[in-house]
Amino acid sequence: MAEPLLRVENLRVELPSRRGVLTAIDDVSFTIAPGEVLGVVGESGAGKSLTGAAIIGLLEPPLRVAGGRISLAGRRIDDLSPEAMRRVRGREIGAIFQDPLTSLNPLYTIGRQLVETIRTHLDLNPAGARERALSLLREVGIAGAAERIDHYPHQFSGGMRQRVVIALAIAANPRLIIADEPTTALDVSIQAQIIALLRRLCRDHGTAVMLVTHDMGVIAETAHRVAVMYAGRIVELGAVNEVVANPRHPYSRGLMDSIPRIGGRRERLRQIDGAMPRLGEIPKGCPFNPRCPEVFDRCRQQRPDLMAAAGTEAACWLYDKARLPVRQTLNART
Amino acid sequence: MPEPETLLHVEDVRRHFDVSPTALERLLQGKNRATLKAVDGVSFTMRRGETFALVGESGCGKSTVARLVVGIYRPTAGRIVFAGQELARLKSRRAAAPLRRRLQMIFQDPYASLNPRWRVKRIIAEPLRTHGLAASEAALSARVAELLMQVRLSPADGEKFPHEFSGGQRQRISIARALASNPEFLVCDEPTSALDVSVQAQILNLMKDLQRQLGLTYLFISHNLAVIYQMSDRVAVMYLGRLVEIASAERLFTVPRHPYTRLLLETIPSIEMTGREREPVAGEVPNPINPPPGCSFHPRCPFANERCRRELPQLIDVAGTLVACHAAEEGRLPVASGMLRPG
Repeated sequence: MAEPLLRVENLRVELPSRRGVLTAIDDVSFTIAPGEVLGVVGESGAGKSLTGAAIIGLLEPPLRVAGGRISLAGRRIDDLSPEAMRRVRGREIGAIFQDPLTSLNPLYTIGRQLVETIRTHLDLNPAGARERALSLLREVGIAGAAERIDHYPHQFSGGMRQRVVIALAIAANPRLIIADEPTTALDVSIQAQIIALLRRLCRDHGTAVMLVTHDMGVIAETAHRVAVMYAGRIVELGAVNEVVANPRHPYSRGLMDSIPRIGGRRERLRQIDGAMPRLGEIPKGCPFNPRCPEVFDRCRQQRPDLMAAAGTEAACWLYDKARLPVRQTLNART
Repeated sequence: MPEPETLLHVEDVRRHFDVSPTALERLLQGKNRATLKAVDGVSFTMRRGETFALVGESGCGKSTVARLVVGIYRPTAGRIVFAGQELARLKSRRAAAPLRRRLQMIFQDPYASLNPRWRVKRIIAEPLRTHGLAASEAALSARVAELLMQVRLSPADGEKFPHEFSGGQRQRISIARALASNPEFLVCDEPTSALDVSVQAQILNLMKDLQRQLGLTYLFISHNLAVIYQMSDRVAVMYLGRLVEIASAERLFTVPRHPYTRLLLETIPSIEMTGREREPVAGEVPNPINPPPGCSFHPRCPFANERCRRELPQLIDVAGTLVACHAAEEGRLPVASGMLRPG
């Protein structure tokens, strides 16, 4: 595998509150290679969007990075000044959020917004920047770009707006794109178009993508690797086909089983009882232990880190070397 | 006349909204009146005890149909007959109350649909009070406790406020409130769209259990085809205010007829499709204020011809599926590839 572009090591994000300091992201580590799409899934509140926000330096205070390091192409970026971080954002890291309207200024034409972004980061004259804006709009599939460039955001449909946001995100040829629920607000037929576009960009430009979503279908079709998050931690990390077809962590397994499928038995869905703990109520030991069907003593005492789990990595004591027989029975399940 | 087992009969219902610019703008800028035909000639029948699903993209009119059925909107034209009576014809609130009691609704957003200042027991008791369904305060409390247990919450939860609950628990409270008046018929408008998948599974299972225990009939509205597949007996596909296909769930997912249904089935991201290269369908839903003439799907349809651009197709029976498509009627559609293998 190529040298990772993004390296997140032992990231810890804290939220000071009246009840004391709460840990929102707890010891999260992963890498993304150039041209790779890493999918990050989990339920709301699992910490997936916070992880993205921490990387681009947009955590909302009082949330703060309290530990670990984040490096982009070998250079540490988590300790940069706000000014230096602003230059990294846009130039080296592009961001796409769920609601395209929040990323666009309603008072300016999209051309003006693109030109401004391009000139902030690239050394181009106004005419050259406009040329580039046009070619970006064509690249993201906006028909009649020459005319549309002078339109305002409200003159575009939701799917077209998201394309404009993608054009903005890639305006300065960033090496990493953080896409937070980029298709959630869109209809399915438009979703498919946006997914195809992200994949093409990634392939053609070697851009690395961190794709945050709760939609496993989107991950399955777009990502190369997946990180499953639960209660502020990565509980499983592995190749997408492994995690989707044969998840190792009991939580990932429950998550996959609870997804309604077309073609399955039309009986009851498998469900994980209970709910993910709120911040501040995360139990001792493995955070999933109160809901886990395979829980044993150690899970209630000791917090597991990611460990090799026959093809993926899972933070689960079932895969501890000392319990090898159990691991074999688990694999025999499929 | 509807057959005796028919619970709901919707006949050529239309609901148009006036979305004209203001009189001043029309006068000064010469703008014209505009009508949004949110629902434009929808007909279907539901049997007692079945789950009938409406699926379509945002803006297709499915939520408007839901609101028409429970009587939040009155139809501009057409008839909605529930258990032999037309809700829209009942003039006074008092005359409509006995019918409304039997027809309840669950909404998409469990945060917006519960009064944040009321304790849960008061929220659930409200329909009981409105319809005079509890003889005494003690009977009321007992019924609220029973309803809470029915949705797998505890009677003690009645003392809490909505903000103390998660999204999934709030949706359970909405369901308990909807069940309070002992309805036969529930309209469920995207009941799990705001929930995480693991919570969605809990709510869908609960809805299936309740349907079995209480003999409920569901009008189930969703944009998620996998959820529809899991929940429904029959499915209607809606596009720009009209139904384009109605079939049993098995048939719809095995042999989809309408080109729009095929597009929907083709485009859902699926976890079975790891790494598949897909050719996304171009185009978007047109503006419903100014829909294309003829079949409103024709600008996106690969099989459209002159007739499709001119003549509005009606629902016709093609091998047990009702489909509104000239190409299907003329037999010039290629064989469908559904998500399921036949048989």
